[in-house]
Amino acid sequence: MLEETKNRLTETARRVRAGILRGVYHAASGHPGGSLSAADILTYLYFEEMRVRPDDPKWEDRDRFVLSKGHSAPALYAALALRGFFPVEELDTLRQADARLQGHPDMKGTPGVDMSTGSLGLGISAACGMALSGKYRKKDYRVYAILGDGECEEGQVWEAAMFAAHYALDNLTAVVDCNGLQIDGRVQEVMNPMPFDEKFRAFGWNVVTCDAHNFDEIAEAFAAARACKGKPTVILAKSVKGKGVSYMEDQCGWHGKAPNADEFTTAMAELTGEGK
Amino acid sequence: MADKIATREAYGNALVKLGADYDFVVLDADLAAATKTGMFKKAYPERFFDCGIAEGNMMSVAAGIAATGVTPFVSTFAMFAAGRAYEQVRNSIGYPHLNVKICATHAGITVGEDGATHQCIEDLALMRVIPGMTVICPADAVEAEAAVKAALLTKGPMYLRFGRAAVPVLYDAADTGFEIGRGRVLADGTDVTVFATGYMVHLALAARDLLANEGISCRVVNIHTIKPLDTALVTTCARETGAVVTAEEHSIIGGLGSAVAECLSETCPTPVLRVGVRDTFGRSGKVPDLLEKYGLTAAAIAEQAKKAVALKK
Repeated sequence: MLEETKNRLTETARRVRAGILRGVYHAASGHPGGSLSAADILTYLYFEEMRVRPDDPKWEDRDRFVLSKGHSAPALYAALALRGFFPVEELDTLRQADARLQGHPDMKGTPGVDMSTGSLGLGISAACGMALSGKYRKKDYRVYAILGDGECEEGQVWEAAMFAAHYALDNLTAVVDCNGLQIDGRVQEVMNPMPFDEKFRAFGWNVVTCDAHNFDEIAEAFAAARACKGKPTVILAKSVKGKGVSYMEDQCGWHGKAPNADEFTTAMAELTGEGK
Repeated sequence: MADKIATREAYGNALVKLGADYDFVVLDADLAAATKTGMFKKAYPERFFDCGIAEGNMMSVAAGIAATGVTPFVSTFAMFAAGRAYEQVRNSIGYPHLNVKICATHAGITVGEDGATHQCIEDLALMRVIPGMTVICPADAVEAEAAVKAALLTKGPMYLRFGRAAVPVLYDAADTGFEIGRGRVLADGTDVTVFATGYMVHLALAARDLLANEGISCRVVNIHTIKPLDTALVTTCARETGAVVTAEEHSIIGGLGSAVAECLSETCPTPVLRVGVRDTFGRSGKVPDLLEKYGLTAAAIAEQAKKAVALKK
Protein backbone atom coordinates (compact mmCIF):
# COMPACT_ATOMS: atom_id res chain seq x y z
CA MET A 1 0.00 0.00 0.00
CA LEU A 2 1.21 3.48 -0.82
CA GLU A 3 2.55 5.35 2.18
CA GLU A 4 0.26 8.23 1.29
CA THR A 5 -2.79 5.97 1.29
CA LYS A 6 -1.79 4.42 4.56
CA ASN A 7 -1.32 7.83 6.17
CA ARG A 8 -4.70 8.96 4.91
CA LEU A 9 -6.41 5.83 6.25
CA THR A 10 -4.59 6.12 9.58
CA GLU A 11 -5.73 9.71 9.96
CA THR A 12 -9.30 8.77 9.00
CA ALA A 13 -9.32 5.89 11.47
CA ARG A 14 -8.16 8.29 14.17
CA ARG A 15 -11.10 10.53 13.37
CA VAL A 16 -13.45 7.52 13.36
CA ARG A 17 -12.22 6.66 16.86
CA ALA A 18 -12.76 10.25 17.99
CA GLY A 19 -16.27 10.06 16.53
CA ILE A 20 -16.95 6.86 18.47
CA LEU A 21 -15.90 8.49 21.71
CA ARG A 22 -17.91 11.64 21.02
CA GLY A 23 -21.04 9.61 20.41
CA VAL A 24 -20.70 7.30 23.37
CA TYR A 25 -19.68 10.14 25.69
CA HIS A 26 -22.64 12.33 24.77
CA ALA A 27 -25.02 9.37 24.94
CA ALA A 28 -23.56 8.42 28.32
CA SER A 29 -24.01 4.83 27.18
CA GLY A 30 -23.05 2.55 24.32
CA HIS A 31 -20.28 0.18 23.35
CA PRO A 32 -16.85 1.76 22.91
CA GLY A 33 -14.69 -1.39 23.22
CA GLY A 34 -15.94 -3.31 20.19
CA SER A 35 -16.40 -0.10 18.21
CA LEU A 36 -12.74 0.81 18.64
CA SER A 37 -11.58 -2.71 17.74
CA ALA A 38 -13.51 -2.52 14.45
CA ALA A 39 -12.55 1.07 13.61
CA ASP A 40 -9.69 0.33 11.21
CA ILE A 41 -11.63 -2.34 9.30
CA LEU A 42 -14.61 -0.01 8.96
CA THR A 43 -12.33 2.79 7.83
CA TYR A 44 -10.79 0.57 5.18
CA LEU A 45 -14.21 -0.59 3.98
CA TYR A 46 -15.76 2.87 3.64
CA PHE A 47 -12.67 4.76 2.42
CA GLU A 48 -10.94 2.18 0.25
CA GLU A 49 -12.84 -1.00 -0.44
CA MET A 50 -16.53 -0.32 -0.92
CA ARG A 51 -18.33 1.26 -3.85
CA VAL A 52 -20.85 3.62 -2.29
CA ARG A 53 -22.43 6.98 -3.04
CA PRO A 54 -22.99 9.11 0.05
CA ASP A 55 -25.25 11.43 -1.95
CA ASP A 56 -27.32 8.45 -3.12
CA PRO A 57 -27.27 6.02 -0.19
CA LYS A 58 -29.85 3.68 -1.74
CA TRP A 59 -28.01 3.41 -5.07
CA GLU A 60 -29.03 0.03 -6.43
CA ASP A 61 -25.56 -1.14 -7.48
CA ARG A 62 -23.73 -0.10 -4.33
CA ASP A 63 -21.74 -2.53 -2.27
CA ARG A 64 -23.61 -3.46 0.90
CA PHE A 65 -22.40 -3.49 4.47
CA VAL A 66 -24.02 -5.26 7.41
CA LEU A 67 -22.79 -4.66 10.93
CA SER A 68 -23.76 -8.03 12.33
CA LYS A 69 -22.22 -7.04 15.67
CA GLY A 70 -24.70 -4.18 15.76
CA HIS A 71 -23.59 -2.88 19.14
CA SER A 72 -20.55 -1.39 17.42
CA ALA A 73 -22.91 1.12 15.81
CA PRO A 74 -20.87 4.12 17.04
CA ALA A 75 -18.03 3.00 14.76
CA LEU A 76 -20.35 2.56 11.77
CA TYR A 77 -21.92 5.97 12.37
CA ALA A 78 -18.53 7.63 12.64
CA ALA A 79 -17.37 6.04 9.38
CA LEU A 80 -20.62 6.96 7.60
CA ALA A 81 -20.51 10.54 8.86
CA LEU A 82 -16.89 11.04 7.84
CA ARG A 83 -17.66 9.50 4.46
CA GLY A 84 -20.37 12.11 4.00
CA PHE A 85 -23.63 10.24 4.58
CA PHE A 86 -24.64 12.72 7.30
CA PRO A 87 -23.04 15.54 9.28
CA VAL A 88 -20.26 14.60 11.70
CA GLU A 89 -21.88 16.83 14.34
CA GLU A 90 -24.81 14.42 14.37
CA LEU A 91 -22.60 11.86 16.12
CA ASP A 92 -23.21 13.79 19.33
CA THR A 93 -26.92 12.89 19.12
CA LEU A 94 -26.31 9.15 19.42
CA ARG A 95 -29.04 7.37 21.40
CA GLN A 96 -31.07 10.54 22.05
CA ALA A 97 -34.85 10.15 21.92
CA ASP A 98 -35.35 12.57 19.03
CA ALA A 99 -32.27 11.50 17.03
CA ARG A 100 -31.96 9.07 14.15
CA LEU A 101 -28.79 7.40 15.40
CA GLN A 102 -30.25 4.47 17.29
CA GLY A 103 -28.31 2.42 19.84
CA HIS A 104 -28.12 -0.30 17.20
CA PRO A 105 -28.20 0.32 13.42
CA ASP A 106 -31.59 1.21 11.92
CA MET A 107 -31.72 1.03 8.13
CA LYS A 108 -34.99 2.94 7.99
CA GLY A 109 -33.75 5.94 9.88
CA THR A 110 -30.07 6.36 9.10
CA PRO A 111 -28.62 7.13 5.65
CA GLY A 112 -26.01 4.57 4.64
CA VAL A 113 -27.17 1.81 6.99
CA ASP A 114 -27.99 -1.15 4.75
CA MET A 115 -29.51 -3.45 7.37
CA SER A 116 -31.00 -3.10 10.82
CA THR A 117 -29.00 -5.21 13.23
CA GLY A 118 -28.28 -5.59 16.90
CA SER A 119 -29.60 -8.98 17.83
CA LEU A 120 -26.50 -11.10 17.30
CA GLY A 121 -26.38 -13.66 14.51
CA LEU A 122 -29.11 -12.08 12.41
CA GLY A 123 -26.94 -9.71 10.41
CA ILE A 124 -24.72 -12.29 8.75
CA SER A 125 -27.82 -14.11 7.51
CA ALA A 126 -29.19 -10.89 6.05
CA ALA A 127 -25.84 -10.33 4.34
CA CYS A 128 -26.21 -13.80 2.83
CA GLY A 129 -29.62 -12.77 1.49
CA MET A 130 -28.17 -9.65 -0.11
CA ALA A 131 -25.37 -11.68 -1.69
CA LEU A 132 -27.79 -14.33 -2.94
CA SER A 133 -29.99 -11.63 -4.45
CA GLY A 134 -26.94 -10.16 -6.19
CA LYS A 135 -26.20 -13.54 -7.75
CA TYR A 136 -29.85 -14.01 -8.68
CA ARG A 137 -30.05 -10.66 -10.44
CA LYS A 138 -26.52 -10.94 -11.86
CA LYS A 139 -25.35 -7.77 -10.14
CA ASP A 140 -21.67 -7.26 -9.44
CA TYR A 141 -22.03 -5.54 -6.08
CA ARG A 142 -20.25 -7.10 -3.12
CA VAL A 143 -21.54 -7.62 0.39
CA TYR A 144 -19.53 -7.17 3.57
CA ALA A 145 -20.37 -8.05 7.15
CA ILE A 146 -18.54 -7.66 10.43
CA LEU A 147 -19.21 -10.14 13.22
CA GLY A 148 -17.89 -10.32 16.73
CA ASP A 149 -15.94 -13.32 17.93
CA GLY A 150 -18.35 -13.68 20.82
CA GLU A 151 -21.18 -13.41 18.31
CA CYS A 152 -19.95 -16.64 16.74
CA GLU A 153 -21.41 -18.44 19.75
CA GLU A 154 -24.83 -17.81 18.19
CA GLY A 155 -25.98 -20.91 16.30
CA GLN A 156 -27.42 -18.77 13.52
CA VAL A 157 -23.91 -17.68 12.51
CA TRP A 158 -23.22 -21.28 11.55
CA GLU A 159 -26.56 -21.66 9.79
CA ALA A 160 -25.50 -18.67 7.74
CA ALA A 161 -22.02 -20.10 7.22
CA MET A 162 -23.59 -23.27 5.83
CA PHE A 163 -25.91 -21.27 3.60
CA ALA A 164 -23.22 -18.99 2.15
CA ALA A 165 -20.99 -21.90 1.19
CA HIS A 166 -23.90 -23.93 -0.18
CA TYR A 167 -24.85 -21.13 -2.55
CA ALA A 168 -21.19 -20.34 -3.35
CA LEU A 169 -21.55 -16.70 -2.32
CA ASP A 170 -18.13 -15.48 -3.38
CA ASN A 171 -19.53 -11.94 -3.44
CA LEU A 172 -19.77 -12.11 0.36
CA THR A 173 -16.92 -11.25 2.71
CA ALA A 174 -17.38 -11.69 6.43
CA VAL A 175 -14.94 -10.22 8.91
CA VAL A 176 -14.74 -11.61 12.43
CA ASP A 177 -13.50 -8.89 14.74
CA CYS A 178 -11.43 -11.15 17.00
CA ASN A 179 -10.94 -8.92 20.01
CA GLY A 180 -11.11 -11.88 22.38
CA LEU A 181 -13.54 -10.34 24.87
CA GLN A 182 -17.26 -10.49 25.49
CA ILE A 183 -19.45 -9.18 28.30
CA ASP A 184 -18.78 -11.95 30.78
CA GLY A 185 -15.06 -12.28 30.13
CA ARG A 186 -12.57 -13.79 27.69
CA VAL A 187 -14.35 -15.40 24.74
CA GLN A 188 -12.48 -18.66 25.19
CA GLU A 189 -13.48 -18.82 28.85
CA VAL A 190 -17.14 -17.82 28.51
CA MET A 191 -18.01 -20.27 25.71
CA ASN A 192 -15.24 -21.13 23.34
CA PRO A 193 -16.37 -20.91 19.69
CA MET A 194 -12.85 -21.43 18.29
CA PRO A 195 -10.93 -22.48 16.30
CA PHE A 196 -12.52 -20.18 13.71
CA ASP A 197 -10.14 -21.05 10.89
CA GLU A 198 -10.82 -24.78 11.03
CA LYS A 199 -14.53 -24.30 11.58
CA PHE A 200 -15.08 -21.89 8.68
CA ARG A 201 -12.88 -24.00 6.43
CA ALA A 202 -14.91 -27.06 7.34
CA PHE A 203 -18.08 -25.14 6.47
CA GLY A 204 -16.64 -24.48 3.02
CA TRP A 205 -15.28 -20.96 3.34
CA ASN A 206 -12.05 -19.38 2.17
CA VAL A 207 -10.25 -18.29 5.35
CA VAL A 208 -7.88 -15.32 5.53
CA THR A 209 -6.28 -13.78 8.59
CA CYS A 210 -4.98 -10.30 9.28
CA ASP A 211 -4.00 -7.85 11.97
CA ALA A 212 -7.13 -5.71 12.35
CA HIS A 213 -5.03 -2.62 12.99
CA ASN A 214 -2.54 -2.94 10.14
CA PHE A 215 -3.76 -1.41 6.86
CA ASP A 216 -1.27 -3.33 4.72
CA GLU A 217 -2.57 -6.60 6.08
CA ILE A 218 -6.20 -5.46 5.90
CA ALA A 219 -5.74 -4.52 2.25
CA GLU A 220 -4.18 -7.89 1.45
CA ALA A 221 -7.00 -9.72 3.18
CA PHE A 222 -9.72 -7.93 1.22
CA ALA A 223 -7.79 -8.44 -2.01
CA ALA A 224 -7.62 -12.15 -1.26
CA ALA A 225 -11.39 -12.18 -0.64
CA ARG A 226 -12.01 -10.49 -3.99
CA ALA A 227 -9.76 -12.95 -5.77
CA CYS A 228 -11.46 -16.02 -4.34
CA LYS A 229 -14.10 -17.54 -6.62
CA GLY A 230 -16.74 -20.10 -5.82
CA LYS A 231 -16.84 -19.69 -2.06
CA PRO A 232 -17.36 -16.97 0.53
CA THR A 233 -14.40 -15.53 2.38
CA VAL A 234 -14.04 -14.90 6.08
CA ILE A 235 -11.33 -12.57 7.32
CA LEU A 236 -10.28 -13.43 10.85
CA ALA A 237 -9.09 -10.02 12.01
CA LYS A 238 -7.05 -10.16 15.19
CA SER A 239 -7.91 -7.01 17.06
CA VAL A 240 -7.56 -5.29 20.40
CA LYS A 241 -10.77 -4.35 22.11
CA GLY A 242 -10.74 -0.64 22.95
CA LYS A 243 -7.85 -0.07 20.50
CA GLY A 244 -6.49 3.47 20.59
CA VAL A 245 -7.54 4.42 24.11
CA SER A 246 -4.93 3.15 26.55
CA TYR A 247 -7.16 2.50 29.52
CA MET A 248 -9.79 0.72 27.41
CA GLU A 249 -7.44 -1.63 25.56
CA ASP A 250 -8.13 -5.30 26.21
CA GLN A 251 -10.41 -4.42 29.10
CA CYS A 252 -13.65 -6.35 29.36
CA GLY A 253 -15.27 -3.58 31.39
CA TRP A 254 -15.30 -1.20 28.41
CA HIS A 255 -17.59 -3.40 26.33
CA GLY A 256 -20.70 -1.42 27.12
CA LYS A 257 -19.77 1.56 29.26
CA ALA A 258 -19.37 5.24 28.45
CA PRO A 259 -16.40 7.29 29.65
CA ASN A 260 -17.02 10.05 32.19
CA ALA A 261 -15.85 13.61 31.51
CA ASP A 262 -12.29 13.05 32.72
CA GLU A 263 -11.97 9.75 30.91
CA PHE A 264 -13.33 11.35 27.75
CA THR A 265 -10.80 14.16 27.93
CA THR A 266 -7.98 11.68 28.42
CA ALA A 267 -9.15 9.52 25.53
CA MET A 268 -9.48 12.46 23.14
CA ALA A 269 -6.04 13.72 24.14
CA GLU A 270 -4.56 10.32 23.39
CA LEU A 271 -6.27 10.16 20.02
CA THR A 272 -5.18 13.63 18.98
CA GLY A 273 -1.67 12.99 20.22
CA GLU A 274 -1.84 15.73 22.80
CA GLY A 275 -1.40 13.29 25.63
CA LYS A 276 1.89 12.00 24.27
CA MET B 1 -70.99 -29.45 -0.05
CA ALA B 2 -68.66 -27.79 -2.47
CA ASP B 3 -65.19 -28.98 -3.41
CA LYS B 4 -62.66 -29.17 -0.63
CA ILE B 5 -59.14 -27.87 -1.18
CA ALA B 6 -56.46 -27.09 1.41
CA THR B 7 -55.38 -23.45 1.45
CA ARG B 8 -51.72 -24.57 1.23
CA GLU B 9 -52.59 -26.21 -2.09
CA ALA B 10 -54.04 -22.91 -3.28
CA TYR B 11 -50.87 -21.18 -2.14
CA GLY B 12 -48.76 -23.47 -4.32
CA ASN B 13 -51.06 -22.89 -7.28
CA ALA B 14 -50.95 -19.13 -6.78
CA LEU B 15 -47.14 -19.05 -6.71
CA VAL B 16 -46.94 -20.94 -9.99
CA LYS B 17 -49.53 -18.71 -11.70
CA LEU B 18 -48.03 -15.47 -10.42
CA GLY B 19 -44.52 -16.65 -11.22
CA ALA B 20 -45.26 -16.29 -14.91
CA ASP B 21 -45.94 -12.57 -14.64
CA TYR B 22 -44.02 -11.31 -11.64
CA ASP B 23 -40.40 -11.37 -10.50
CA PHE B 24 -40.14 -12.84 -7.01
CA VAL B 25 -38.27 -15.68 -5.30
CA VAL B 26 -39.41 -18.43 -2.96
CA LEU B 27 -37.55 -19.80 0.05
CA ASP B 28 -38.37 -22.92 2.01
CA ALA B 29 -36.79 -24.89 4.85
CA ASP B 30 -36.91 -28.47 3.63
CA LEU B 31 -40.71 -28.61 3.57
CA ALA B 32 -41.41 -27.77 -0.06
CA ALA B 33 -43.49 -30.90 -0.58
CA ALA B 34 -45.70 -30.08 2.39
CA THR B 35 -45.94 -26.31 2.06
CA LYS B 36 -46.56 -26.70 -1.70
CA THR B 37 -43.72 -24.37 -2.66
CA GLY B 38 -42.45 -27.49 -4.40
CA MET B 39 -44.86 -26.66 -7.22
CA PHE B 40 -43.05 -23.36 -7.75
CA LYS B 41 -39.67 -25.07 -7.44
CA LYS B 42 -40.64 -27.38 -10.27
CA ALA B 43 -41.87 -24.55 -12.50
CA TYR B 44 -39.09 -22.04 -11.72
CA PRO B 45 -36.11 -23.88 -10.23
CA GLU B 46 -33.78 -20.89 -10.64
CA ARG B 47 -36.06 -18.76 -8.43
CA PHE B 48 -36.43 -21.27 -5.62
CA PHE B 49 -33.91 -21.48 -2.78
CA ASP B 50 -34.00 -24.24 -0.23
CA CYS B 51 -32.55 -23.03 3.05
CA GLY B 52 -32.46 -26.41 4.71
CA ILE B 53 -33.66 -26.98 8.25
CA ALA B 54 -32.55 -23.60 9.53
CA GLU B 55 -35.61 -21.37 9.81
CA GLY B 56 -33.98 -18.55 11.74
CA ASN B 57 -31.35 -18.09 9.07
CA MET B 58 -34.02 -18.32 6.37
CA MET B 59 -36.02 -15.41 7.78
CA SER B 60 -32.96 -13.16 8.03
CA VAL B 61 -31.83 -14.23 4.54
CA ALA B 62 -35.29 -13.24 3.29
CA ALA B 63 -34.84 -9.86 4.94
CA GLY B 64 -31.53 -9.39 3.13
CA ILE B 65 -33.11 -10.32 -0.19
CA ALA B 66 -35.96 -7.88 0.38
CA ALA B 67 -33.48 -5.16 1.29
CA THR B 68 -32.12 -5.38 -2.26
CA GLY B 69 -35.56 -4.89 -3.78
CA VAL B 70 -36.45 -8.48 -4.65
CA THR B 71 -39.63 -9.87 -3.08
CA PRO B 72 -39.22 -13.18 -1.24
CA PHE B 73 -42.02 -15.56 -0.27
CA VAL B 74 -40.80 -17.61 2.69
CA SER B 75 -42.45 -20.82 3.72
CA THR B 76 -42.29 -23.35 6.49
CA PHE B 77 -44.77 -24.67 9.03
CA ALA B 78 -46.46 -22.01 11.17
CA MET B 79 -44.79 -23.42 14.26
CA PHE B 80 -41.35 -22.69 12.86
CA ALA B 81 -42.16 -19.47 11.02
CA ALA B 82 -43.87 -17.77 13.93
CA GLY B 83 -42.35 -19.79 16.75
CA ARG B 84 -38.81 -20.93 16.01
CA ALA B 85 -37.96 -17.86 13.95
CA TYR B 86 -39.99 -15.34 15.92
CA GLU B 87 -37.13 -13.06 16.78
CA GLN B 88 -35.74 -13.09 13.25
CA VAL B 89 -39.20 -12.17 11.96
CA ARG B 90 -39.48 -9.38 14.49
CA ASN B 91 -35.99 -7.92 14.23
CA SER B 92 -34.86 -8.71 10.68
CA ILE B 93 -38.21 -8.30 8.91
CA GLY B 94 -40.65 -6.41 11.14
CA TYR B 95 -38.42 -3.71 12.59
CA PRO B 96 -37.03 -2.56 9.20
CA HIS B 97 -40.51 -3.11 7.69
CA LEU B 98 -39.11 -5.20 4.83
CA ASN B 99 -41.17 -6.57 1.98
CA VAL B 100 -41.11 -10.24 3.01
CA LYS B 101 -44.14 -12.48 2.56
CA ILE B 102 -44.09 -15.13 5.27
CA CYS B 103 -46.40 -17.89 4.12
CA ALA B 104 -46.87 -20.41 6.88
CA THR B 105 -48.68 -23.67 6.39
CA HIS B 106 -49.84 -26.40 8.77
CA ALA B 107 -51.27 -23.86 11.20
CA GLY B 108 -53.68 -24.85 13.94
CA ILE B 109 -54.79 -28.25 15.20
CA THR B 110 -55.96 -29.45 11.78
CA VAL B 111 -52.34 -30.55 11.38
CA GLY B 112 -53.82 -33.65 12.99
CA GLU B 113 -51.72 -36.69 13.74
CA ASP B 114 -48.33 -34.95 14.17
CA GLY B 115 -49.56 -33.56 17.46
CA ALA B 116 -48.86 -30.61 19.74
CA THR B 117 -45.28 -29.79 18.74
CA HIS B 118 -46.43 -29.14 15.18
CA GLN B 119 -49.83 -27.59 15.86
CA CYS B 120 -49.22 -23.86 16.05
CA ILE B 121 -52.14 -22.23 17.84
CA GLU B 122 -50.38 -19.00 18.75
CA ASP B 123 -49.05 -17.68 15.44
CA LEU B 124 -51.79 -15.09 14.91
CA ALA B 125 -51.05 -13.67 18.35
CA LEU B 126 -47.29 -13.65 17.84
CA MET B 127 -47.46 -12.03 14.41
CA ARG B 128 -50.21 -9.58 15.30
CA VAL B 129 -48.15 -7.99 18.03
CA ILE B 130 -45.32 -7.04 15.64
CA PRO B 131 -45.74 -3.39 14.59
CA GLY B 132 -46.54 -3.01 10.90
CA MET B 133 -47.07 -6.72 10.26
CA THR B 134 -50.12 -7.56 8.16
CA VAL B 135 -51.69 -10.86 9.22
CA ILE B 136 -53.95 -12.78 6.84
CA CYS B 137 -55.80 -16.06 7.35
CA PRO B 138 -57.83 -17.02 4.27
CA ALA B 139 -61.04 -19.02 4.52
CA ASP B 140 -60.81 -21.11 1.38
CA ALA B 141 -58.75 -21.85 -1.71
CA VAL B 142 -60.17 -18.96 -3.76
CA GLU B 143 -59.42 -16.49 -1.02
CA ALA B 144 -55.98 -18.00 -0.42
CA GLU B 145 -55.01 -17.41 -4.05
CA ALA B 146 -56.38 -13.88 -3.93
CA ALA B 147 -54.47 -13.24 -0.72
CA VAL B 148 -51.18 -14.39 -2.22
CA LYS B 149 -51.63 -12.07 -5.17
CA ALA B 150 -52.64 -9.17 -2.94
CA ALA B 151 -49.61 -9.81 -0.75
CA LEU B 152 -47.34 -9.74 -3.78
CA LEU B 153 -48.81 -6.46 -4.98
CA THR B 154 -48.78 -4.74 -1.58
CA LYS B 155 -45.50 -3.59 -0.03
CA GLY B 156 -44.60 -4.46 3.53
CA PRO B 157 -44.09 -7.44 5.82
CA MET B 158 -46.93 -9.94 5.84
CA TYR B 159 -47.81 -13.18 7.50
CA LEU B 160 -50.18 -15.47 5.61
CA ARG B 161 -51.63 -18.48 7.39
CA PHE B 162 -52.53 -21.61 5.49
CA GLY B 163 -53.88 -24.96 6.63
CA ARG B 164 -52.98 -28.55 5.96
CA ALA B 165 -56.53 -29.89 5.88
CA ALA B 166 -58.88 -29.58 2.92
CA VAL B 167 -61.55 -26.95 3.48
CA PRO B 168 -64.77 -26.34 1.49
CA VAL B 169 -64.54 -23.77 -1.29
CA LEU B 170 -66.86 -20.93 -0.27
CA TYR B 171 -66.21 -18.35 -2.95
CA ASP B 172 -66.85 -18.52 -6.67
CA ALA B 173 -63.67 -19.02 -8.67
CA ALA B 174 -64.30 -15.70 -10.42
CA ASP B 175 -64.68 -13.84 -7.13
CA THR B 176 -62.75 -10.58 -6.92
CA GLY B 177 -63.96 -9.36 -3.56
CA PHE B 178 -60.83 -9.97 -1.53
CA GLU B 179 -59.18 -6.85 -0.22
CA ILE B 180 -56.55 -6.80 2.52
CA GLY B 181 -58.02 -5.35 5.70
CA ARG B 182 -61.67 -5.58 4.64
CA GLY B 183 -63.87 -8.15 6.32
CA ARG B 184 -66.58 -9.84 4.25
CA VAL B 185 -70.16 -10.40 5.30
CA LEU B 186 -71.02 -13.89 4.09
CA ALA B 187 -74.56 -14.11 5.43
CA ASP B 188 -76.74 -11.52 7.05
CA GLY B 189 -78.46 -11.73 10.40
CA THR B 190 -79.81 -9.48 13.14
CA ASP B 191 -79.46 -11.22 16.53
CA VAL B 192 -75.77 -12.04 16.73
CA THR B 193 -72.61 -11.75 14.60
CA VAL B 194 -70.06 -14.52 14.26
CA PHE B 195 -66.66 -13.23 13.18
CA ALA B 196 -64.73 -16.22 11.89
CA THR B 197 -61.36 -16.69 10.26
CA GLY B 198 -59.63 -19.40 8.24
CA TYR B 199 -60.83 -22.95 8.73
CA MET B 200 -63.66 -21.81 11.03
CA VAL B 201 -65.50 -19.76 8.41
CA HIS B 202 -67.36 -22.65 6.84
CA LEU B 203 -68.24 -23.94 10.31
CA ALA B 204 -69.64 -20.53 11.19
CA LEU B 205 -71.95 -20.80 8.18
CA ALA B 206 -73.08 -24.23 9.38
CA ALA B 207 -73.65 -22.78 12.86
CA ARG B 208 -75.87 -20.13 11.29
CA ASP B 209 -78.11 -22.88 9.93
CA LEU B 210 -78.31 -24.50 13.37
CA LEU B 211 -79.25 -21.17 14.92
CA ALA B 212 -81.87 -20.49 12.26
CA ASN B 213 -83.63 -23.69 13.31
CA GLU B 214 -83.96 -22.18 16.76
CA GLY B 215 -85.21 -18.86 15.48
CA ILE B 216 -81.95 -16.96 15.98
CA SER B 217 -80.80 -14.76 13.12
CA CYS B 218 -77.02 -14.94 12.82
CA ARG B 219 -74.73 -12.78 10.73
CA VAL B 220 -71.51 -14.44 9.56
CA VAL B 221 -68.48 -12.30 8.77
CA ASN B 222 -65.25 -13.63 7.34
CA ILE B 223 -62.34 -11.76 8.94
CA HIS B 224 -59.51 -12.90 6.65
CA THR B 225 -57.26 -10.05 7.75
CA ILE B 226 -56.57 -10.22 11.47
CA LYS B 227 -54.34 -7.16 11.20
CA PRO B 228 -55.14 -4.50 10.27
CA LEU B 229 -58.54 -5.46 11.63
CA ASP B 230 -61.60 -4.07 9.82
CA THR B 231 -62.63 -2.13 12.92
CA ALA B 232 -65.38 -0.24 11.07
CA LEU B 233 -67.11 -3.44 10.02
CA VAL B 234 -66.57 -5.11 13.40
CA THR B 235 -68.05 -2.10 15.17
CA THR B 236 -71.00 -1.79 12.80
CA CYS B 237 -71.90 -5.46 13.17
CA ALA B 238 -71.62 -5.29 16.95
CA ARG B 239 -73.84 -2.21 17.04
CA GLU B 240 -76.43 -3.73 14.71
CA THR B 241 -76.63 -7.20 16.28
CA GLY B 242 -75.63 -6.45 19.88
CA ALA B 243 -73.87 -9.80 20.44
CA VAL B 244 -70.65 -11.22 19.06
CA VAL B 245 -68.93 -14.59 18.79
CA THR B 246 -65.45 -15.10 17.38
CA ALA B 247 -64.28 -18.39 15.89
CA GLU B 248 -60.68 -19.28 15.11
CA GLU B 249 -58.53 -22.37 14.86
CA HIS B 250 -56.10 -20.75 17.28
CA SER B 251 -55.76 -20.08 20.96
CA ILE B 252 -58.51 -17.87 22.36
CA ILE B 253 -55.63 -15.78 23.67
CA GLY B 254 -54.19 -13.17 21.35
CA GLY B 255 -55.79 -14.01 18.01
CA LEU B 256 -59.03 -12.98 16.32
CA GLY B 257 -61.06 -13.15 19.52
CA SER B 258 -58.66 -10.84 21.29
CA ALA B 259 -58.47 -8.47 18.33
CA VAL B 260 -62.26 -8.19 18.14
CA ALA B 261 -62.62 -7.80 21.92
CA GLU B 262 -59.92 -5.12 22.00
CA CYS B 263 -61.64 -3.25 19.21
CA LEU B 264 -65.15 -3.43 20.67
CA SER B 265 -64.05 -2.53 24.19
CA GLU B 266 -63.04 0.82 22.72
CA THR B 267 -65.72 1.38 20.09
CA CYS B 268 -68.88 -0.42 21.14
CA PRO B 269 -68.76 -2.56 24.31
CA THR B 270 -70.60 -5.75 23.41
CA PRO B 271 -70.65 -9.32 24.75
CA VAL B 272 -67.87 -11.18 22.89
CA LEU B 273 -67.66 -14.95 23.34
CA ARG B 274 -64.66 -16.70 21.87
CA VAL B 275 -64.52 -20.06 20.17
CA GLY B 276 -60.98 -21.38 19.88
CA VAL B 277 -58.44 -23.56 21.64
CA ARG B 278 -58.93 -22.77 25.31
CA ASP B 279 -55.41 -22.22 26.65
CA THR B 280 -54.19 -25.75 26.14
CA PHE B 281 -51.86 -27.61 23.77
CA GLY B 282 -53.18 -29.79 20.99
CA ARG B 283 -52.55 -33.51 20.62
CA SER B 284 -52.37 -36.24 17.99
CA GLY B 285 -55.56 -37.43 16.38
CA LYS B 286 -57.69 -37.42 13.27
CA VAL B 287 -58.81 -33.95 12.30
CA PRO B 288 -62.56 -34.45 12.94
CA ASP B 289 -61.81 -35.97 16.34
CA LEU B 290 -59.56 -33.07 17.28
CA LEU B 291 -62.05 -30.46 16.14
CA GLU B 292 -64.65 -32.14 18.31
CA LYS B 293 -62.29 -32.49 21.25
CA TYR B 294 -61.25 -28.84 21.25
CA GLY B 295 -64.71 -27.46 20.59
CA LEU B 296 -64.04 -26.17 17.10
CA THR B 297 -67.40 -27.15 15.64
CA ALA B 298 -70.56 -25.59 14.25
CA ALA B 299 -72.41 -26.79 17.35
CA ALA B 300 -69.91 -25.08 19.64
CA ILE B 301 -70.19 -21.82 17.70
CA ALA B 302 -74.01 -22.01 17.85
CA GLU B 303 -73.85 -22.68 21.58
CA GLN B 304 -71.70 -19.61 22.18
CA ALA B 305 -73.95 -17.55 19.93
CA LYS B 306 -76.94 -18.42 22.10
CA LYS B 307 -75.00 -17.44 25.22
CA ALA B 308 -73.95 -14.18 23.61
CA VAL B 309 -77.56 -13.38 22.75
CA ALA B 310 -78.56 -14.14 26.34
CA LEU B 311 -75.94 -11.68 27.58
CA LYS B 312 -77.46 -8.80 25.64
CA LYS B 313 -78.79 -6.00 27.81
